[in-house]
Amino acid sequence: MALFQARTWLSRTFSSVASQPLRVCVVGSGPAGFYTAEKMLKAHREAEVDIIDRLPTPFGLVRSGVAPDHPETKIVVNQFTRVAQHERCSFFGNVTLGSSVTLPELRELYDVVVLAYGAESDRVLGIPGEDLSGVYAAREFVWWYNGHPNCRYLNPDLKNSDTAVILGQGNVALDAARILLRPTTELATTDIASHALEALEDSSIRKVYLVGRRGPVQAACTAKELREILGIKDLRVHIKETDLLTTPADEEEMKNNRIRKRVYELLSKAAMTRPSHHSSDPRELHFVFFRKPDKFLESDERSGHVSGVRLEKTKLIGTGPGEQTAAGTGQFEELGCGIVLKSIGYKSVPVDGLPFDHRKGVVPNIRGRVLSDTSGNPTLLEKGLYVCGWLKRGPTGIIATNLYCAEETVSSISEDLKQGKLTSSSSSGRDGLLQLLDNRNVRVIPFGEWEKIDSEERRLGNLRNKPREKLATLEELRKVATE
Amino acid sequence: MFASQVSRIGVMILKQLSRGKSASITRAGYTSNSYRHYLQPLFDQQSEINLLRGTIFEKHRLFSTSSASHSSNEGIEQKEKISVTFVDKDGEEKHIKVPTGMSMLEAAHENDIELEGACEGSLACSTCHVIVMDVDYYSKLEDPTDEENDMLDLAFGLTETSRLGCQVIAKPELDGIRLAIPAATRNFAVDGYVPKPH
Repeated sequence: MALFQARTWLSRTFSSVASQPLRVCVVGSGPAGFYTAEKMLKAHREAEVDIIDRLPTPFGLVRSGVAPDHPETKIVVNQFTRVAQHERCSFFGNVTLGSSVTLPELRELYDVVVLAYGAESDRVLGIPGEDLSGVYAAREFVWWYNGHPNCRYLNPDLKNSDTAVILGQGNVALDAARILLRPTTELATTDIASHALEALEDSSIRKVYLVGRRGPVQAACTAKELREILGIKDLRVHIKETDLLTTPADEEEMKNNRIRKRVYELLSKAAMTRPSHHSSDPRELHFVFFRKPDKFLESDERSGHVSGVRLEKTKLIGTGPGEQTAAGTGQFEELGCGIVLKSIGYKSVPVDGLPFDHRKGVVPNIRGRVLSDTSGNPTLLEKGLYVCGWLKRGPTGIIATNLYCAEETVSSISEDLKQGKLTSSSSSGRDGLLQLLDNRNVRVIPFGEWEKIDSEERRLGNLRNKPREKLATLEELRKVATE
Repeated sequence: MFASQVSRIGVMILKQLSRGKSASITRAGYTSNSYRHYLQPLFDQQSEINLLRGTIFEKHRLFSTSSASHSSNEGIEQKEKISVTFVDKDGEEKHIKVPTGMSMLEAAHENDIELEGACEGSLACSTCHVIVMDVDYYSKLEDPTDEENDMLDLAFGLTETSRLGCQVIAKPELDGIRLAIPAATRNFAVDGYVPKPH
């Protein structure tokens, strides 16, 4: 048995020595990128995987998306770190696809390019007043409290009103609401960005409205996040009992969906519970169902600033088995507020030379193989180009979704290799990329330099009784990495 | 009622522990790495497996003092062991012995069985989802807590006898239990987490 294993190992080693290495570049170092790298390294012993990221820091939304009070969810970076430290894997931060290196150049340099750079923009509502100040994408707010360099100076207006409206009822909406409502003493011991903590300590927001187009049966959040926000200390939760009435179509939806059923049960329970005592600093969370935003209202006193949202009442219309959408009823009402967070979905951004489906906001693909156009013709493939994660399937799901997503993309790559549609060539891969970046004076930040950032952030965090104090500007990150 | 309270306290303790662990990511990362370097010249294939199982070594280090890093292993050796069969994604069976008190996630990793464990057993993900293949064994387990159910909501290919591997702890009554690791579903739902009817 041992002999047999040794023999397979030997033959594998020799075959990989004899053949060319397969040069793979993964663009984006979030969960989709790292799971792709991990699965490529496991499936192909001749693969050399380089992961590039536009930021000096790896881990994508695990760093800038996962809420600071969810440290357990971030433990997955241990696994990603082991991948980055693998002898056939490299991480190159501070390298931007499209400016540091173009997609055609990358495809020339590598046998395989997997795009896993996610969704860094936002869906828009397309209603009047969306540009008023005080109206933010939830993504910006999340990046701000998580210390993402691009939103370091967002400075959301938290001091001119006691009310925030969040449009959307998914987990991102719940995260944003929880950060606004949770006692800051509890946030102070997380890795929340210090600029955000200070602003939240001074925040006058005491009421948060979570607005959904549909009802409590269709709320897009998961039970864990809901249970968590309902459990915030001294929080009064408001849910209209009439909103909890269900139709046969609602019952059907719940019968077929365990999450929907459990979320509905939690909301029903919360509607019945009243806090037993009055707090000195009461906070309110209002679930507003069956309402869709019609326009943002401008303040009379502060021109250019939002002062509320006009909402249209909706009713549900069946569109298929177990599927209901919201339709406007022509009845309107206004909800005053000083800040609005739109949590209605992220959107991917294309780069030059990349086929893109603007309607769906994803790269047209079949099981991760990039198609040349959106016609869906499966024979028009972009050789050696693949996608994974949100860029491939749209901005939904949890970290683990990327595990399966990466498995699918990597198995497409494996099939293409087996069928000779893809070969390892004499392309220059890593050396060629580093040479090109050097010529352009792009200062690459390798994983070892991220580890310097990492230990500096931990050291600073330690001084404030936090697990980490994030460096939140590119200047600081680059300085610590390279000094 | 009382039992569920006790298990909830258990979860809280677990969360506390994991919090401590997350504060030592760097250190843990280095230890697993040095272990890998030590093995590499001998048997490269092992390093592949280590991508998955480094977590377990970290855990043992955390629960033991640095001067006696093997004591926890020795302690476990003296305990009773039960037989567990894992059926992997390709349908292949692997029979292992698991000391009582050890979770199925840890046991899988100690035996090079590919079971993901993204949050390392802190009840914050669903990647160690296993299916108990015999209802009789399933009924011998404590009911899942709300927290475990919240995570099972998000598991792929959820069944009536699904559990998280990190929450199934070896005990004598479970001797002979068979656990299937669900195969990755090819056409996962649009939302990514819509499970089968339950």
